Amino acid sequence: MASFVYNGKTIETDDEGYLQNLGDWDKGLAEVLAKQENVELTEKHWKLIEWIRDYFQKFQVAPAIKSLTKEVMALENLPDKKEANKFVYELFPEGPAKQLAKIAGLPKPTGCV
Amino acid sequence: MGKKHQTPLLDELKKGKWISFVREMERAAEKSERTEDLLGQVEESYRDKVNHWKHGGMAGVRGYGAGMVGRFSEFPDKYPGIKECHSMRIIPSAGFFYNTDFLRKLADISEKHAGGLLNFHGATGNIQILGMSQAEAEDVFQAVAELGFDLGGSGSDLRTPSCCAGQARCEFANYDTMKICRHLTEEYLDELHRPAFNYKFKFKFSGCANDCVASAARSDLAFIGTWKDKIKINQEEVKNYKKKFDVQKYVLDKCPTKCMWFEGENLVIDDENCVKCMHCINELPKALKAGDERGCSILIGAKAPLVTGPRMGMMLVPFYDVNEDAKNDYEWIKSLISNMWEFWDEYGVSRERIGELIGRVGLNTFLEGIGLEPIPEMVEHPRSNPFIKFTEDED
Repeated sequence: MASFVYNGKTIETDDEGYLQNLGDWDKGLAEVLAKQENVELTEKHWKLIEWIRDYFQKFQVAPAIKSLTKEVMALENLPDKKEANKFVYELFPEGPAKQLAKIAGLPKPTGCV
Repeated sequence: MGKKHQTPLLDELKKGKWISFVREMERAAEKSERTEDLLGQVEESYRDKVNHWKHGGMAGVRGYGAGMVGRFSEFPDKYPGIKECHSMRIIPSAGFFYNTDFLRKLADISEKHAGGLLNFHGATGNIQILGMSQAEAEDVFQAVAELGFDLGGSGSDLRTPSCCAGQARCEFANYDTMKICRHLTEEYLDELHRPAFNYKFKFKFSGCANDCVASAARSDLAFIGTWKDKIKINQEEVKNYKKKFDVQKYVLDKCPTKCMWFEGENLVIDDENCVKCMHCINELPKALKAGDERGCSILIGAKAPLVTGPRMGMMLVPFYDVNEDAKNDYEWIKSLISNMWEFWDEYGVSRERIGELIGRVGLNTFLEGIGLEPIPEMVEHPRSNPFIKFTEDED
């Protein structure tokens, strides 16, 4: 467990920096989390953050990579899933599970990674 | 450094004249505190009969989603050296050939950043540097890259392809395992570095049915060398072997299909009933050799017992003329692989291996999906019935 102070409030995270209380998230906090990850958020980042949060709210689980790459193909008009996946890594260099999910305030994705 | 932790259970594993991983770890621990702590935790794991790594955990380098496997100790206060103990997977050279300069430099990297431990090679076929922290990962990655090596697969991606030493070292190899292994590794580096599959996918290449990389049991797509025509017999050498040992008892009687016998002094093989198991060739290497029409069989769907039970690969392509396809940069096999991945991506669910998907949807549907004609040779194992009922109006 770790914590930091944001807007006068103590934000608790797990050892790897994922939010413990998902209700803590807001756009300002996303900026703080992104800074910790050395990611500068642009409009393209925000599109994915909003999409993944919607998905999580609907299904209560983080999307599979293939759903994410399909979405990116459509959003960015890319020719195939491979290019879409590369694009995701350009935005989030340490990978969608490690950075996109964290910045979007989702819990740590499970699975053998 | 002295012995920081008492390890009575591990000491048992040093007894006897055999190579011991404990002895190797202790030698590394003389120079490294983190390896000392690792020994302490391993001792505790043997005592409690559970391992003491935390569940999950992520580690990685920038731009790659794979290549590092995260490990965090459950007792970071007691064993601070292995609070983080990640492993980095490195794609080996095909056939595992290295020069000594590379080995020395790699050992130096491991001593500097990972407590002096290497896994050479792990069950995945990768070189693994064991026990580094996330903060060191980028430096190690750069150092490895300077030696001309790249990170391997982990997670839900194409795992590092692996092959036997094939034609470089072995007279039994029916095709160039190293060439196709290297070619497909380079072709699919994106799939290897950035996980996007439902689950893992493995290629393994064996030059013959001795299957030194255990591809039939461990890989989603196994390429096993075989031949189409007759086994070549040198009757003079057969006679020499008969003088040395009981060929009838140790070779002919052990043939799984009993397709060999003696007519007078001469050995006869009924090749139509041969299942290319390699036993007779292994026993009589000077007398018997594989035929001239060589290639490989492709088996699909093997996996270890996670999610559903373990399974061996089933025959998908009885004879793939890999030596011919090599001239076209393996175009045929690459288009088959791409069809398979499309189908698996579209219809597979998360954490479902391709063999499980075939079990769920049926072989007919799968073959239709990947555009391969069903043939009676597509069987679970030799001498079993095909999955598909062929009617008379079909060929």
